[in-house]
Amino acid sequence: MTTRIERHHYDVVVIGAGGAGLRAAIEARLAGKKTAIISKSLFGKAHTVMAEGGAAAAMGNVNSRDNWMVHFGDTMRGGKFLNNFRMAELHAKEAPERIWELETYGALFDRTKDGKISQRNFGGHEYPRLAHVGDRTGLELIRTLQQKIVSLQQEDFAETGSYDSRIRVFAETTITELLLEGDRIAGAFGYYRETGEFILLEAPAVVLATGGVGRSYKVTSNSWEYTGDGHALALRAGATLINMEFLQFHPTGMVWPPSVKGILVTESVRGDGGVLRNSDGKRFMFDYVPDVFRHQYADTEEEADRWYTDPDNNRRPPELLPRDEVARAINSEVKAGRGTKSGGVFLDVSTRMPAETITRRLPSMYHQFKELADVDITKEPMEVGPTCHYVMGGVEVDPDSGAAFGHVEGLFAAGEVSGGMHGSNRLGGNSLSDLLVFGKRAGEHAAAYTDALPKRPKVATADVEAAVDTALAPLSRENGENPYTLQQDLQAVMGDLVGIIRREAELTDALKRLQELKVRVANVGAAGGRQYNPGWHLALDLRNMLVVSECTAKAALEREESRGGHTREDFPKMSPEWRKVNLVCSLDEAGDVHLERKPLPKMRDELLGLFKRSELSKYLTDEELAEFDAITTEAN
Amino acid sequence: MTTTATRPDAGRARAAIAARTLRTDRWWIPPLVTFVGLSAWVIYATVRVFMHKWYYVDQYHYLTPFYSPCLTDRCVEGSAEFGTPLPSFWLIPEAALTLPFLLLFRLTCYYYRKAYYRAFWLSPPACAVPDGHKKYTGETRFPLIFQNVHRYAFYAAAIISVINTWDAVVAFQSGEKFGFGLGNIVLVINVVMLWAYTVSCHSCRHIVAGRLKHFSKHPVRYRFWVFVSKLNAKHMQLAWITLGTLALTDFYVMAVSAGWFSDLRFIN
Amino acid sequence: MKRHFRIWRGDSSGGEIRDFQVEVNEGEVVLDAIHRLQATEAPDLACRWNCKAGKCGSCSMEINGKPRLSCMTRMSTFEENETVTITPLRTFPVIRDLVTDVSFNYEKARETPAFAPPKGVAPGDYRMKQVDVERSQEFRKCIECFLCQNTCHVVRDHEENKKAFSGPRFFIRAAELDMHPLDDRTDRKEYAQASQGLGYCNITKCCTEVCPEHIKITDNAIIPMKERVVDRRYDPLVWLGRKIFRRDQLDDSNGHGSHGHGSHGNSTGGSGQSMAPSTSEGVTGVAAGLGKSGAPLPTAPALNPDGRLDVAELLAERPGGPSPFGDDQQFPLPNVTYNHPEPGKD
Ligand SMILES: Cc1cc2nc3c(=O)[nH]c(=O)nc-3n(C[C@H](O)[C@H](O)[C@H](O)COP(=O)(O)OP(=O)(O)OC[C@H]3O[C@@H](n4cnc5c(N)ncnc54)[C@H](O)[C@@H]3O)c2cc1C
Ligand code: SF4
Ligand code: SF4
Ligand code: FES
Ligand code: FES
Repeated sequence: MTTRIERHHYDVVVIGAGGAGLRAAIEARLAGKKTAIISKSLFGKAHTVMAEGGAAAAMGNVNSRDNWMVHFGDTMRGGKFLNNFRMAELHAKEAPERIWELETYGALFDRTKDGKISQRNFGGHEYPRLAHVGDRTGLELIRTLQQKIVSLQQEDFAETGSYDSRIRVFAETTITELLLEGDRIAGAFGYYRETGEFILLEAPAVVLATGGVGRSYKVTSNSWEYTGDGHALALRAGATLINMEFLQFHPTGMVWPPSVKGILVTESVRGDGGVLRNSDGKRFMFDYVPDVFRHQYADTEEEADRWYTDPDNNRRPPELLPRDEVARAINSEVKAGRGTKSGGVFLDVSTRMPAETITRRLPSMYHQFKELADVDITKEPMEVGPTCHYVMGGVEVDPDSGAAFGHVEGLFAAGEVSGGMHGSNRLGGNSLSDLLVFGKRAGEHAAAYTDALPKRPKVATADVEAAVDTALAPLSRENGENPYTLQQDLQAVMGDLVGIIRREAELTDALKRLQELKVRVANVGAAGGRQYNPGWHLALDLRNMLVVSECTAKAALEREESRGGHTREDFPKMSPEWRKVNLVCSLDEAGDVHLERKPLPKMRDELLGLFKRSELSKYLTDEELAEFDAITTEAN
Repeated sequence: MTTTATRPDAGRARAAIAARTLRTDRWWIPPLVTFVGLSAWVIYATVRVFMHKWYYVDQYHYLTPFYSPCLTDRCVEGSAEFGTPLPSFWLIPEAALTLPFLLLFRLTCYYYRKAYYRAFWLSPPACAVPDGHKKYTGETRFPLIFQNVHRYAFYAAAIISVINTWDAVVAFQSGEKFGFGLGNIVLVINVVMLWAYTVSCHSCRHIVAGRLKHFSKHPVRYRFWVFVSKLNAKHMQLAWITLGTLALTDFYVMAVSAGWFSDLRFIN
Repeated sequence: MKRHFRIWRGDSSGGEIRDFQVEVNEGEVVLDAIHRLQATEAPDLACRWNCKAGKCGSCSMEINGKPRLSCMTRMSTFEENETVTITPLRTFPVIRDLVTDVSFNYEKARETPAFAPPKGVAPGDYRMKQVDVERSQEFRKCIECFLCQNTCHVVRDHEENKKAFSGPRFFIRAAELDMHPLDDRTDRKEYAQASQGLGYCNITKCCTEVCPEHIKITDNAIIPMKERVVDRRYDPLVWLGRKIFRRDQLDDSNGHGSHGHGSHGNSTGGSGQSMAPSTSEGVTGVAAGLGKSGAPLPTAPALNPDGRLDVAELLAERPGGPSPFGDDQQFPLPNVTYNHPEPGKD
């Protein structure tokens, strides 16, 4: 059978048209590279549009005490000191610049009285820090970047007469394979969803910005796109993944009606004054403030309420603890029988703000509950429960350039698909700024990499043929298994056995079941031809979901402690020894996941010096603390 | 951005759906109501304007808005406040200088345009229901490009509203003395509504401040804009209400003038 | 409970409406039913979706003849035994089943000139008042579901107008930029009229009716844009002001406005000179490391792009002057916040 394959040549191929991908593409194009942007869905529909709360950047517009060092500290604390310190540092330092840049692209953030970008409170952030537009910040971000791309295309049009001459968007196109020459990236192979036609993009540098993996879970705020494609592509290309055991369960997803279970209720609801109550009407979060956070969070309702108006003299309400803490607290309340009928708790703004303020500050939440659940949030409380939201783990990258580790060159990663920046738990709002900061860096360095390259790697025909065969295989298995059933089974395994609270026995069981699923996925079938066939698309995505799930399960079994987005019932404590370790996944020859321990990079002294000893003592081992003491005495 | 250029031409056909519309609700009711309502009003107004009688109650100084200002030689004693420069020929309405502008104002009003494009011209009769016409050029060329004169019409209408206000004010007398009856209330309500309709006009909203780029530099105009915007959101309702009050006022004056019933007086 | 659905299946070569019985549970939306169908009877039923929460604008289709987001159409809005008919968007070429080729919209987006950053203002130095950005923010709520584009009879019923008409989605884009407090271009209105086909719109408001974001497309964008065009071309007072103050003799210095957008007929496709795009100059330069300039904030000149003073400015005590109430005035003024009119009340 002969198959038509469309061929294109580019300097940089960016896979993913979310915030990270678009920012990378802009940068690569500004560096003069011919750039392609690939997206599974239409242009401007990537997951980033769903982000609600805001983008964290220490601009200090609302509270002038804020600066990058405070932001850095918050990020590290939120990630339980497992973050790659360098990434957290770059992120905190560069985020304001990246946000300001958006304004020059036409973004319109909400303003403060003196006309600057307004910032709002969010869980885990010491000061109001999130630049936002109502509760549709992600939409603003992606639309702005999209329009910037369009404006660059217009420049190219004016110059060359073609909009696509330097930057082109391949919408509704899925990449299924990265092609290599030796250890060097040579191109990317995929198909147009619309027609099922294949496409081969030859390019020496590929930037992965494919987002997360949440579709492997039943209850998730993520869309169908989040099948871990980037993670899997990187693994298969020889890169490594880190921190895959850390998944963020957002504490407040909708729980009713069943069909929308998992859809996100933005954290701004709490940042703006919403409180959590159990079915007894008690504000239970006060019982769940862990010791490490004691001195920053209020212990009485009165103090907590005062904080909204006078944050300098009061401690913050415990509803604003980092997400992992809140998610676990809700989970325990529900388990203890103090949940609502549908298995959630109440999140209430109606008694705390006038209706008009609610509709102004949380318009899309109002809209969402009104239309989907028929609940008027200005009058009744919402019902919420944890939902799988974000994967902290991802491609192990060089912090400065975003280049993937492992044995592959020319592969870069940014955004949710990259790992390390958020440690064991991401603070709300840090993702959007992460996309911009590291998206820009990845684009920049991908461009620089192509410049330094002596010779362009070539795609081997055999590899392309193999990719074609893999892609077509499900279509030829007329009696193969239904991909939707397989996906449901996978979701059941992950949701039930590798969920918020994990146990050794369940994890072992999960690994066994994943092996069984692997066999079944190898036999998946799809009827109905190549043209826009969602069954076929899912069948191809399944193998990515599976390999990524395996990484998560393996790493979760290995890490014998509880930290951030990873909670082991059998090891409920955080262990300073484990803090020094990253778990790194790679694929071996046979295509099996291989796990390795790797020491965490050591924080630079001056950064370490930003923290108090009393705080560090909760995270670090005794030797590390001794070193810390040595540094501080030396400094004095 | 799109993949059109390289996509093997998949054919650019729309989905083959036989039904012209699949709407299952009774979408034809709103245009029908508009059609009946507007037609009835236009017929009533035409008849009244060319009746040339029963438009003035001398005793109480009630002048119907359809005849204001009364400018022909035929105007009955006391009704002509601004002289009678026009001859009395039956085709010339008493308010021949203002009616055309009022007609123009309403014809080019953004709301009425919507209403008659939908209900009379069927372009489109309702959303997602096919247009009744083969060709369509909208308001890009003659004659519809003249819809853009709405701004002039608005200025004219504002002046005419002042005249109507004057009519309502002078009506507060009975003979030579101050007087006040039900007819005054009718006239005043009508005038208030006319003002509300006129001020809520989109052109007005634009002129007061909508045209500005920086509201913050013009706080007073911004206040006006906020006010006009609030009214503007009710422009459709006001458009219908004023049709109602106009017809009602006119009918009341006609009835009193013809002696079908007498005005209810509160003072004098 | 099983419910009766009729769904259009086919592609550009033809198709038909087929009958399905689908299980529907309490609280579900139309998209859930489609998903159930995919997972059971019709795994290859094509449909777009992403967020399932009305945020991405992917799942546009026509449900019982009305353009809607299927993820926001609750099954409880139909009668128990009502048949639900689902068809793809009619205005765009169909690809397969419920998926249409919406590239028309992306082409129009590409033709609309982008935001032009103000010259000499460094990133980080942008200052805008909330009251000034609110109007544009309303339009930036747009999720690009293209329901308005689909409903607009100008292209829905008259394929031939597609070339000359950009559609409501891009009228709000033009309006957004025209109302943007710092946008450097002043020819948005001319552009909307000459190249986007603003004149084709007969303000019948179907776009507003279907917009899931409840953007008042017609009242807040199209009509104001039409009025802005009128300002330049037909307003008698503006004209008089110019005559009296002899401003028409001022040099036509500010280039933007003057690219001959003469008649309605010409340059409908939208290429040509008016497409002079915004530059990224000054943006990347500063971002690339030049410090903040500390330049004074741009005080918007009250001059029209043709160098003429606007007659309305006569009311201010000096051209482009600050508020007559002093610069220390707080905005928004207390208790005069403009609330956008409530949805559904026309
Ligand atoms: C409901 C919700 C609310 C959130 N709120 C916030 C918030 O308030 N603040 C915050 O900071 N973060 C928030 N987040 C997190 C944040 O939105 C995401 O982490 C972030 O948008 C990820 O962006 P990205 O650029 O990495 O990827 P995405 O925006 O997800 O883009 C991924 C892109 O990759 C493409 N892609 C994937 N696989 C392939 C493939 N195989 N071939 C081709 N293309 C592919 C997709 O089509 C898509 O275009 C939220 C997330 C969710 C789900
Ligand atoms: S109001 Fe204008 S743009 Fe909107 S649907 Fe009607 S004709 Fe189209
Ligand atoms: S304006 Fe409204 S209807 Fe039109 S694309 Fe945007 S969100 Fe959709
Ligand atoms: S009177 Fe209706 S818009 Fe002017
Ligand atoms: S799926 Fe995103 S709007 Fe419906």
